Amino acid sequence: MILASGFFEDLFRGILQGTPPGAVYALIALGFVLTYKTSGVFNLAFGAQAYISAAMYFKVHSVWGWPKWAALLVSVFVLAPLVGLVLERAIFRHLRTASAVSKLVVTIGLSVALPEIFNWAARFSAVAGRQITGIVPDGAGVYYDPFGVYRFNRDELAMMAVALAGTLLLAALFRFTMMGLSMRAVVESPRMTELSGINANRVSAFAWALSSTFAGMAGVLIAPRFNSLSSGDYFTLVIIAVAAAATGLLVSLPRALLGGLGLGWFIAVFNTFLPGLADDHTWLRPFQENLTPSLPFVVLFAILVLWRAVGRQREASDPLAGVDPPPPALAALERHPRLTLFTRLFGVFFVTVVGLVVWFRADVLWMSLVTKAVIIALIYLSVTVITGMGGQISLCQGTFAAIGGFTVFQMADRFNMSVLAAALIGAALAAAVGALLSLPVLRLGGVWLAIATLAFAFFFDAVMVKFSWVGGGSTALLTGTQVPRPLIGPIDFASDRAFLVLAVVALVVVSVVVIQLREGTIGRTLAALRGSEVAAASIGISAARARIVAFAVSAAIAGLGGALLAMHQQNVNYALNFAPIVALFWLVVVVALGSRTVEGAIQAGAAFALFEPLILQGELLGWIVRGEERLPEFFPLSGNWRLILFGLMAMQFARHPEGLVEHGKRRSATRINGWLEAREARA
Amino acid sequence: MSASILELRDVEAGYGPFRALFGVSLAVGAGEAVALVGANGAGKTTLARVASGLLAPSAGSVHIDGSEADQGSLPAWRFVRAGVMHAPEGRSVFATLSVEDNLALSFQRAFGRSGLADGLDRAYELFPRLGERRGQVAGTLSGGEQRMLSLARVLVESPRLLIADELSLGLAPMVVDQVFETLSQIRATGTALLIVEQQVGHALELCDRAAVLEHGLISWQGPTNEAGAALESRLFESRAPH
Ligand SMILES: Nc1ncnc2c1ncn2[C@@H]1O[C@H](COP(=O)(O)OP(=O)(O)OP(=O)(O)O)[C@@H](O)[C@H]1O
Ligand SMILES: [Mg+2]
Repeated sequence: MILASGFFEDLFRGILQGTPPGAVYALIALGFVLTYKTSGVFNLAFGAQAYISAAMYFKVHSVWGWPKWAALLVSVFVLAPLVGLVLERAIFRHLRTASAVSKLVVTIGLSVALPEIFNWAARFSAVAGRQITGIVPDGAGVYYDPFGVYRFNRDELAMMAVALAGTLLLAALFRFTMMGLSMRAVVESPRMTELSGINANRVSAFAWALSSTFAGMAGVLIAPRFNSLSSGDYFTLVIIAVAAAATGLLVSLPRALLGGLGLGWFIAVFNTFLPGLADDHTWLRPFQENLTPSLPFVVLFAILVLWRAVGRQREASDPLAGVDPPPPALAALERHPRLTLFTRLFGVFFVTVVGLVVWFRADVLWMSLVTKAVIIALIYLSVTVITGMGGQISLCQGTFAAIGGFTVFQMADRFNMSVLAAALIGAALAAAVGALLSLPVLRLGGVWLAIATLAFAFFFDAVMVKFSWVGGGSTALLTGTQVPRPLIGPIDFASDRAFLVLAVVALVVVSVVVIQLREGTIGRTLAALRGSEVAAASIGISAARARIVAFAVSAAIAGLGGALLAMHQQNVNYALNFAPIVALFWLVVVVALGSRTVEGAIQAGAAFALFEPLILQGELLGWIVRGEERLPEFFPLSGNWRLILFGLMAMQFARHPEGLVEHGKRRSATRINGWLEAREARA
Repeated sequence: MSASILELRDVEAGYGPFRALFGVSLAVGAGEAVALVGANGAGKTTLARVASGLLAPSAGSVHIDGSEADQGSLPAWRFVRAGVMHAPEGRSVFATLSVEDNLALSFQRAFGRSGLADGLDRAYELFPRLGERRGQVAGTLSGGEQRMLSLARVLVESPRLLIADELSLGLAPMVVDQVFETLSQIRATGTALLIVEQQVGHALELCDRAAVLEHGLISWQGPTNEAGAALESRLFESRAPH
């Protein structure tokens, strides 16, 4: 053969080897683009939808023993569209005219909750080491070798065939059918579409069913490549799909196809050549180990940052947006003055009572939980700065917090430095990273900024943490990333009580900083930008400086919080506290509950840290009925419930994008205002 | 019920906590043409939105051919299927679709696949500018061209009732004349009209009845030939508050 010469043969083999996974990436990217094009939702829950079908396929085929075609039918062509329909009906229909950021937050919530809900409802649990078999008979056993360099198995051929068929189907749908045209119209303006006599609800229901089917198909096809089913792997898969879809600016189907294939080829070729190179050049070795799993994130980040067209794309606005009422003002601004006074007094009273009870009565566990709540609230304030004030969303706040935590660990471990000083250095370092990161991503709006920061979070997770000068390397493996408590002169914060005081002081200081920032020039600039960037620019307000400052301050707050959390737990606990998916989880809690105000952040922090012991473990009920032994039998509730409730919270948030706490406040304020005014009128 | 195509009874409507209409009753019979006039912010657009199902009234009811439209969530597409079409105010086009796709979206439903080409031809005949730019993405059309596009959609179809909000805004005087010409043509074929128009002269000429909206209430309605004096004084009053 002509291809006998080594380099080209390797290259060709790499490309062939990368084609089947590339085809699946393409399939996911297509489904992803389909959802985005037809509903305007940047659906990070796509992987969760894929997971559900894959798990169902496994259950039906391997557990119940049904034939493959029946399993495929049930999981991909019945369950998947059904999931899409339910999601559309229960959630996304209400979000049609919501901001891109609130839609994104809802999908993040779903990506965590959906797999849990499925596992619980179907009593499914992944069996380690038991792989899913492909959809064709004897898929992994029969090989074809058309070119004499790489042997495709049947599963791989099926992947390629399905991806091709899917592309053709979608292309035909958009080019030739009324449904395709209607789907594009609905994203832009559901109301205008209705004025053309088309039932917008039906169109978007169809779009969701179809894209969910794509998700299910891709999920089942890719499953044999994983060792066992885990929803985490599927989440990562979505990031890959986003990278592929981004090459087509999220709207071009052919480019999404090529992007998926290209990514498959790139990864395979990279893996073909890097080991050889690393043998010759030893300095490449750490990269070889660390970079391979993070390639998709690096590619995604590079696309977002380097490709100018991405930032310039603006979402088309609904010409009939004028039908919607304006967003309501913060409840606190409309409150009756007497109610405000009452709320303040009550707040002070409540905090004092809780403080006293904790101080005098709490046991070690509760003291520690309250401390955690305080620190989480502090970290949440970093979200208040970016999301609450700036209206943008950053998905790498966990990474900033981790930078703070790791700095304290490294400084204490290597230089025996005082941890408080190290915490400040950590905050400064996080601020520097935040400012640096903000430079290239500044021009990206809404969803793109979120994705760039998510790519960064995954990159940090996959590459940086592995370096011993960050994550501790072998030290961390042997003894854990240990962090001592601070010591100032005679005060030893090893005492939990003293440390709680320290955390509260930090929280108060940061709250004051955040409020000052909001009232100052930066806050006003951000508020103006939040309204309309174009209008703000036309009266001479520049986005750049305010955004960089906001990013840096937010990162510093998160870094400080991360450092405090590490001290509190006397360990960085990266995987438990700051890993990307965990961080997304806590981010959703604060955005859903209320990221616009300082109280919102504090309440969310309390909810996040205390919900589980207080409600799920039944401590509160136990206290009410006096005695744990009298608790009903179903306590403590299983951890799954936490995730399911979390999903429900995301759904509620879909209806009240200003935040649930804010919504509750407004409702009660309206009621009490009415009552107070009626009384005044009578008097 | 009588031959009213559309009837609003004691309709109240608004946006969030804000009220824009306070108990408006208005009926448009088959083949009738009604001009809705009033100062800026009087609630004309709001009334048009309620009348086409875009905005649900907070009180009162909307009736099509005598039967009450579904309360709460009024799906606008049902109004269209019943023959009530609305050309909203402003640049109401799908900015990311081409001119042809914008039109096809309506025409294919109205005329079917076979009548599509014919409908497009008629639209391009009415506004030759659109024919020249049929492949262009609608968001990049000039303001006047976008107006033409959203008008072409409703004028070609000759629905049973056409609700037109600020038809002529942003169009060159010659095109305005042509639009009103077309309106009187489709009127002759039996289409009823509910027209919101700042160019009161044009509107009154075309319509046989007028309703004056003031601060969310209909303060006067009657035949256009009687409208004259009363209308003038009212409009000037609310325009120049001295
Ligand atoms: N989306 C909205 N949210 C809040 N208030 C609105 C909204 N749309 C309109 N309004 C208010 O409702 C009132 C009536 O508005 P409408 O658009 O119906 O007036 P109009 O008679 O059409 O005025 P114009 O002649 O200027 O078009 C106005 O006071 C306006 O400010
Ligand atoms: Mg108006």
